[in-house]
Amino acid sequence: MNQTLECKKLIGELSNLIDGTVSPELCAELEAHLKECKNCRIVVDTTKKTIELYHRDEASVEVPEVMREKLWKRLDLRDFTQ
Amino acid sequence: MSEQIKTAEALSLEALRSGDKAEIASLVEIFLDPVYRLALRMTGNEEDAEDVAQESFIKIIKSLPSFEGRSQISTWIYRIAMNESLMNLRRRKPLNASVEIDRETGDSQDEEIQIIDWAGQPETELITSEAKKELDSAISRLPEGLRSVFILRDLQDLSIDNTSEILGISTANVKTRLLRARLKLRQDLSVYYRERVIKE
Repeated sequence: MNQTLECKKLIGELSNLIDGTVSPELCAELEAHLKECKNCRIVVDTTKKTIELYHRDEASVEVPEVMREKLWKRLDLRDFTQ
Repeated sequence: MSEQIKTAEALSLEALRSGDKAEIASLVEIFLDPVYRLALRMTGNEEDAEDVAQESFIKIIKSLPSFEGRSQISTWIYRIAMNESLMNLRRRKPLNASVEIDRETGDSQDEEIQIIDWAGQPETELITSEAKKELDSAISRLPEGLRSVFILRDLQDLSIDNTSEILGISTANVKTRLLRARLKLRQDLSVYYRERVIKE
Protein backbone atom coordinates (compact mmCIF):
# COMPACT_ATOMS: atom_id res chain seq x y z
CA MET A 1 0.00 0.00 0.00
CA ASN A 2 1.48 3.33 -1.05
CA GLN A 3 0.62 5.68 1.76
CA THR A 4 0.13 9.39 1.29
CA LEU A 5 0.45 11.74 4.25
CA GLU A 6 -3.35 11.65 4.51
CA CYS A 7 -3.28 7.83 4.60
CA LYS A 8 -0.69 7.88 7.40
CA LYS A 9 -2.77 10.37 9.32
CA LEU A 10 -5.84 8.17 8.94
CA ILE A 11 -3.99 5.03 10.11
CA GLY A 12 -2.69 6.97 13.11
CA GLU A 13 -6.23 7.99 14.02
CA LEU A 14 -7.86 4.70 13.06
CA SER A 15 -8.70 3.55 16.59
CA ASN A 16 -10.03 6.96 17.58
CA LEU A 17 -12.10 7.11 14.41
CA ILE A 18 -13.61 3.66 15.05
CA ASP A 19 -14.27 4.55 18.71
CA GLY A 20 -15.84 7.88 17.74
CA THR A 21 -13.42 9.91 19.82
CA VAL A 22 -12.00 12.25 17.17
CA SER A 23 -13.05 15.90 17.08
CA PRO A 24 -15.79 16.84 14.56
CA GLU A 25 -13.24 18.79 12.49
CA LEU A 26 -10.80 15.89 12.29
CA CYS A 27 -13.64 13.45 11.66
CA ALA A 28 -14.78 15.53 8.66
CA GLU A 29 -11.20 15.63 7.36
CA LEU A 30 -10.79 11.86 7.69
CA GLU A 31 -14.20 11.17 6.13
CA ALA A 32 -13.28 13.37 3.18
CA HIS A 33 -10.08 11.34 2.70
CA LEU A 34 -12.02 8.08 2.94
CA LYS A 35 -14.29 9.18 0.09
CA GLU A 36 -11.21 9.50 -2.12
CA CYS A 37 -9.08 6.59 -0.91
CA LYS A 38 -10.32 3.04 -1.47
CA ASN A 39 -7.35 1.47 0.32
CA CYS A 40 -8.06 3.39 3.51
CA ARG A 41 -11.73 2.47 3.29
CA ILE A 42 -10.69 -1.19 3.14
CA VAL A 43 -8.41 -0.76 6.17
CA VAL A 44 -11.22 0.88 8.18
CA ASP A 45 -13.84 -1.71 7.14
CA THR A 46 -11.62 -4.74 7.78
CA THR A 47 -10.46 -3.36 11.14
CA LYS A 48 -14.08 -2.87 12.22
CA LYS A 49 -14.89 -6.38 11.00
CA THR A 50 -11.90 -7.81 12.89
CA ILE A 51 -13.16 -6.31 16.15
CA GLU A 52 -16.69 -7.51 15.41
CA LEU A 53 -15.56 -11.10 14.73
CA TYR A 54 -13.58 -11.23 17.97
CA HIS A 55 -16.42 -9.70 19.91
CA ARG A 56 -18.89 -12.22 18.57
CA ASP A 57 -16.52 -15.11 19.19
CA GLU A 58 -16.01 -13.95 22.77
CA ALA A 59 -19.73 -14.07 23.52
CA SER A 60 -19.78 -17.77 22.66
CA VAL A 61 -17.18 -18.68 25.33
CA GLU A 62 -18.71 -20.21 28.43
CA VAL A 63 -17.19 -21.52 31.62
CA PRO A 64 -17.16 -25.33 31.44
CA GLU A 65 -19.70 -26.79 33.86
CA VAL A 66 -17.08 -29.08 35.43
CA MET A 67 -14.87 -26.11 36.19
CA ARG A 68 -17.79 -24.17 37.66
CA GLU A 69 -18.57 -27.04 40.02
CA LYS A 70 -14.92 -27.40 41.07
CA LEU A 71 -14.69 -23.69 41.77
CA TRP A 72 -17.80 -23.58 43.96
CA LYS A 73 -16.43 -26.49 45.98
CA ARG A 74 -12.96 -24.98 46.27
CA LEU A 75 -14.38 -21.64 47.40
CA ASP A 76 -16.76 -23.40 49.78
CA LEU A 77 -19.73 -21.57 48.26
CA ARG A 78 -21.68 -24.54 46.93
CA ASP A 79 -24.60 -23.97 49.31
CA PHE A 80 -24.99 -20.36 48.21
CA THR A 81 -25.27 -20.86 44.43
CA GLN A 82 -28.35 -21.28 42.30
CA MET B 1 -28.94 -16.50 46.89
CA SER B 2 -31.92 -14.80 45.25
CA GLU B 3 -33.23 -16.22 41.98
CA GLN B 4 -32.29 -13.16 39.97
CA ILE B 5 -28.57 -12.63 39.44
CA LYS B 6 -27.39 -9.34 40.90
CA THR B 7 -25.42 -6.72 39.01
CA ALA B 8 -22.00 -5.57 40.20
CA GLU B 9 -23.48 -2.20 41.23
CA ALA B 10 -26.00 -3.92 43.50
CA LEU B 11 -23.34 -5.75 45.51
CA SER B 12 -22.98 -4.59 49.10
CA LEU B 13 -19.35 -3.75 49.88
CA GLU B 14 -20.12 -3.96 53.57
CA ALA B 15 -21.48 -7.49 53.22
CA LEU B 16 -18.56 -8.53 51.04
CA ARG B 17 -16.01 -7.14 53.47
CA SER B 18 -17.67 -8.86 56.40
CA GLY B 19 -17.49 -12.22 54.64
CA ASP B 20 -21.19 -12.68 53.84
CA LYS B 21 -21.07 -15.91 51.83
CA ALA B 22 -24.28 -15.30 49.87
CA GLU B 23 -22.96 -11.92 48.75
CA ILE B 24 -19.57 -13.40 47.87
CA ALA B 25 -21.33 -16.11 45.85
CA SER B 26 -23.16 -13.35 43.97
CA LEU B 27 -19.86 -11.64 43.23
CA VAL B 28 -18.36 -14.86 41.88
CA GLU B 29 -21.49 -15.51 39.82
CA ILE B 30 -21.30 -12.03 38.25
CA PHE B 31 -17.59 -12.10 37.46
CA LEU B 32 -16.91 -15.78 36.73
CA ASP B 33 -17.57 -15.58 32.97
CA PRO B 34 -15.59 -12.33 32.40
CA VAL B 35 -12.65 -13.52 34.51
CA TYR B 36 -12.57 -16.92 32.77
CA ARG B 37 -12.76 -15.31 29.30
CA LEU B 38 -9.99 -12.88 30.15
CA ALA B 39 -7.82 -15.72 31.45
CA LEU B 40 -8.58 -17.91 28.43
CA ARG B 41 -7.59 -15.16 25.98
CA MET B 42 -4.45 -14.29 27.94
CA THR B 43 -3.21 -17.84 28.48
CA GLY B 44 -4.59 -19.44 25.31
CA ASN B 45 -5.74 -22.70 26.87
CA GLU B 46 -8.58 -23.93 29.06
CA GLU B 47 -6.44 -25.64 31.67
CA ASP B 48 -4.44 -22.52 32.50
CA ALA B 49 -7.57 -20.35 32.27
CA GLU B 50 -9.19 -22.58 34.89
CA ASP B 51 -6.17 -22.27 37.19
CA VAL B 52 -6.04 -18.50 36.72
CA ALA B 53 -9.76 -18.06 37.39
CA GLN B 54 -9.54 -20.21 40.51
CA GLU B 55 -6.47 -18.45 41.89
CA SER B 56 -8.01 -15.06 41.08
CA PHE B 57 -11.16 -15.75 43.06
CA ILE B 58 -9.22 -17.17 45.99
CA LYS B 59 -7.15 -13.98 46.06
CA ILE B 60 -10.22 -11.76 45.58
CA ILE B 61 -12.10 -13.39 48.48
CA LYS B 62 -9.03 -13.26 50.72
CA SER B 63 -8.50 -9.56 49.93
CA LEU B 64 -12.13 -8.43 50.19
CA PRO B 65 -11.89 -7.36 53.87
CA SER B 66 -9.16 -4.88 52.93
CA PHE B 67 -10.78 -3.63 49.69
CA GLU B 68 -11.24 0.09 50.30
CA GLY B 69 -13.45 0.84 47.32
CA ARG B 70 -11.17 3.52 45.89
CA SER B 71 -11.65 1.98 42.45
CA GLN B 72 -14.71 0.22 41.09
CA ILE B 73 -14.93 -3.38 42.27
CA SER B 74 -14.90 -4.57 38.64
CA THR B 75 -11.66 -2.69 37.98
CA TRP B 76 -10.10 -4.26 41.08
CA ILE B 77 -11.24 -7.75 40.05
CA TYR B 78 -9.99 -7.38 36.47
CA ARG B 79 -6.62 -6.17 37.80
CA ILE B 80 -6.26 -9.27 39.97
CA ALA B 81 -7.31 -11.56 37.10
CA MET B 82 -4.88 -9.86 34.70
CA ASN B 83 -2.00 -10.11 37.18
CA GLU B 84 -2.76 -13.80 37.78
CA SER B 85 -2.83 -14.38 34.01
CA LEU B 86 0.53 -12.64 33.57
CA MET B 87 2.03 -14.63 36.45
CA ASN B 88 0.76 -17.83 34.83
CA LEU B 89 2.46 -16.86 31.57
CA ARG B 90 5.72 -15.99 33.37
CA ARG B 91 5.71 -19.37 35.11
CA ARG B 92 5.14 -21.14 31.82
CA LYS B 93 7.86 -19.40 29.81
CA PRO B 94 10.10 -17.41 32.13
CA LEU B 95 12.91 -17.24 29.59
CA ASN B 96 10.75 -15.33 27.12
CA ALA B 97 9.76 -12.58 29.55
CA SER B 98 12.47 -10.13 28.55
CA VAL B 99 11.82 -10.78 24.87
CA GLU B 100 8.14 -10.00 25.36
CA ILE B 101 8.93 -6.66 26.95
CA ASP B 102 11.09 -5.70 23.97
CA ARG B 103 8.39 -6.70 21.54
CA GLU B 104 5.81 -4.65 23.41
CA THR B 105 7.69 -1.45 22.87
CA GLY B 106 8.93 -2.24 19.36
CA ASP B 107 7.21 -0.56 16.42
CA SER B 108 5.29 -3.20 14.53
CA GLN B 109 3.80 -0.82 11.99
CA ASP B 110 6.66 -1.14 9.51
CA GLU B 111 5.04 -4.23 8.02
CA GLU B 112 3.46 -3.72 4.59
CA ILE B 113 -0.25 -3.08 5.13
CA GLN B 114 -2.42 -5.74 3.50
CA ILE B 115 -5.18 -4.32 1.33
CA ILE B 116 -7.66 -7.13 0.88
CA ASP B 117 -11.35 -6.33 0.95
CA TRP B 118 -12.69 -9.28 2.93
CA ALA B 119 -15.07 -7.41 5.26
CA GLY B 120 -18.02 -7.86 2.92
CA GLN B 121 -17.55 -11.60 2.39
CA PRO B 122 -20.46 -13.85 3.44
CA GLU B 123 -20.54 -14.57 7.16
CA THR B 124 -20.69 -18.28 6.48
CA GLU B 125 -17.23 -18.03 4.92
CA LEU B 126 -15.78 -15.71 7.56
CA ILE B 127 -17.00 -17.69 10.57
CA THR B 128 -15.93 -21.30 10.10
CA SER B 129 -14.42 -23.54 12.76
CA GLU B 130 -11.07 -23.13 11.00
CA ALA B 131 -11.45 -19.34 11.02
CA LYS B 132 -12.22 -19.49 14.75
CA LYS B 133 -8.91 -21.29 15.28
CA GLU B 134 -7.17 -18.54 13.35
CA LEU B 135 -8.81 -15.90 15.56
CA ASP B 136 -7.45 -17.75 18.62
CA SER B 137 -4.06 -18.18 17.04
CA ALA B 138 -3.74 -14.54 15.92
CA ILE B 139 -4.58 -13.16 19.36
CA SER B 140 -2.13 -15.57 21.01
CA ARG B 141 0.64 -14.27 18.73
CA LEU B 142 0.17 -10.71 19.99
CA PRO B 143 2.77 -9.59 22.54
CA GLU B 144 1.29 -9.61 26.05
CA GLY B 145 1.27 -5.82 26.27
CA LEU B 146 -0.91 -5.52 23.18
CA ARG B 147 -3.02 -8.58 23.95
CA SER B 148 -3.97 -7.37 27.43
CA VAL B 149 -5.16 -4.00 26.09
CA PHE B 150 -7.16 -5.57 23.25
CA ILE B 151 -8.84 -8.04 25.64
CA LEU B 152 -9.86 -5.40 28.16
CA ARG B 153 -10.94 -2.75 25.67
CA ASP B 154 -12.43 -4.70 22.76
CA LEU B 155 -13.47 -8.01 24.31
CA GLN B 156 -14.48 -6.94 27.82
CA ASP B 157 -15.79 -3.56 26.57
CA LEU B 158 -13.98 -1.59 29.26
CA SER B 159 -13.22 2.10 28.77
CA ILE B 160 -9.79 3.47 27.94
CA ASP B 161 -9.63 4.92 31.48
CA ASN B 162 -10.53 1.61 33.14
CA THR B 163 -8.06 -0.27 30.96
CA SER B 164 -5.38 2.24 31.92
CA GLU B 165 -6.17 1.83 35.63
CA ILE B 166 -6.17 -1.98 35.47
CA LEU B 167 -2.85 -2.21 33.64
CA GLY B 168 -1.21 0.71 35.44
CA ILE B 169 -0.24 2.46 32.21
CA SER B 170 -1.19 5.87 30.81
CA THR B 171 -4.28 6.34 28.64
CA ALA B 172 -1.96 7.46 25.81
CA ASN B 173 -0.12 4.16 26.11
CA VAL B 174 -3.42 2.25 26.10
CA LYS B 175 -4.45 4.01 22.88
CA THR B 176 -1.10 3.32 21.22
CA ARG B 177 -1.19 -0.36 22.15
CA LEU B 178 -4.83 -0.68 21.14
CA LEU B 179 -4.13 0.69 17.68
CA ARG B 180 -1.18 -1.68 17.22
CA ALA B 181 -3.19 -4.66 18.45
CA ARG B 182 -6.11 -3.92 16.16
CA LEU B 183 -3.84 -3.36 13.15
CA LYS B 184 -1.86 -6.54 13.82
CA LEU B 185 -5.00 -8.67 14.16
CA ARG B 186 -6.52 -7.08 11.06
CA GLN B 187 -3.30 -7.78 9.19
CA ASP B 188 -3.19 -11.43 10.25
CA LEU B 189 -6.84 -12.00 9.38
CA SER B 190 -6.32 -10.28 6.01
CA VAL B 191 -3.55 -12.73 5.16
CA TYR B 192 -5.69 -15.63 6.34
CA TYR B 193 -8.79 -14.62 4.38
CA ARG B 194 -6.79 -13.71 1.29
CA GLU B 195 -5.66 -17.30 1.05
CA ARG B 196 -8.95 -18.95 1.90
CA VAL B 197 -11.96 -16.77 1.20
CA ILE B 198 -11.24 -14.19 -1.47
CA LYS B 199 -11.98 -15.48 -4.94
CA GLU B 200 -10.09 -13.84 -7.76
